[in-house]
Amino acid sequence: MTGTELGLAISVFLACAVEAVEALTIVLAVGYTRSWRSTFFGVGAAALVLGAVTAALGPALTALPIDVLRVVVGALLLIFGLQWLRKAILRAAGLKARHDERESYERGLTAARTAGQVASGLDPYSFTIAFKGVLLEGLEVVFIVITFGANQHDVGLAAAAAGVAVALVILAGLAVHAPLARVPENTMKFAVGVMLSSFGIFWGAEGAGAHWPGNDAALLAIIPAMVLFSLGLVAGLRRRALTAAAPGSAKEAIHA
Amino acid sequence: MTRLQGLLRFLWDFIVGDDWRIAIGVAAALALTALVAETTVAAWWILPVAVAVLLATSVLRPARQRH
Repeated sequence: MTGTELGLAISVFLACAVEAVEALTIVLAVGYTRSWRSTFFGVGAAALVLGAVTAALGPALTALPIDVLRVVVGALLLIFGLQWLRKAILRAAGLKARHDERESYERGLTAARTAGQVASGLDPYSFTIAFKGVLLEGLEVVFIVITFGANQHDVGLAAAAAGVAVALVILAGLAVHAPLARVPENTMKFAVGVMLSSFGIFWGAEGAGAHWPGNDAALLAIIPAMVLFSLGLVAGLRRRALTAAAPGSAKEAIHA
Repeated sequence: MTRLQGLLRFLWDFIVGDDWRIAIGVAAALALTALVAETTVAAWWILPVAVAVLLATSVLRPARQRH
């Protein structure tokens, strides 16, 4: 396995694991309070739609000329990656509330309990919530699998990494019978954001016609640089927050 | 909201996300890279610099609003 393939597998695995944890919380909340049968139908239907999207978009992307493909993939990875990284940095700096699976689960339980009586046969509420939850959480992973996989001509490896992540999350969910609140979601999102942005920079620039010094080895400089720059932003934002909160700060003097 | 409006809204949220400036900035940086790559000047540095500026301004904006 080459370094790029390893990067692809790790990125897809982490991205898929994070989204699967969030989808599992929704499925558990609606399954425990209403109907497991209808919930599983919803999950199955969403999985079918996600599979169809992958089957339709995967070959369409790989049919593009390599430079066009790299620009498209680079742009998408950068846009997705920077959004993930932005949220992770803001959460790490304390400027945005961290995602709390336990709290999401409790909200889901309350909503499911107050949604009226469980219908006999197929319960529309359970089906819809499970379908929407899995579809929305899965769609971003599908895009990551397709873009990474198509560019490396290895959709199979990307899909396998995604499959392993989903299987591990399901097994962990079965083992603890509760949402996976201890998973370090923000750290995983930070790592995914760094990887997507780094590969986005590399492939986007190559597709636009630039030549990297050292060719593929440039990634070994881009990834650590992204990590250091992002950690620097977290440290800077934390310091800024502390300075603003300190007694006698300029802002306090103005308001005094 | 019609179904079409709902779909467009979903696609906007899905692709562009919370900060539209990132999407616009990435597109502009890729276009500039393509233009510079046509010349004899090295173009590989444009995207990393653009990403650093976009990410820094994107996280500093909410920090400034908060304090």
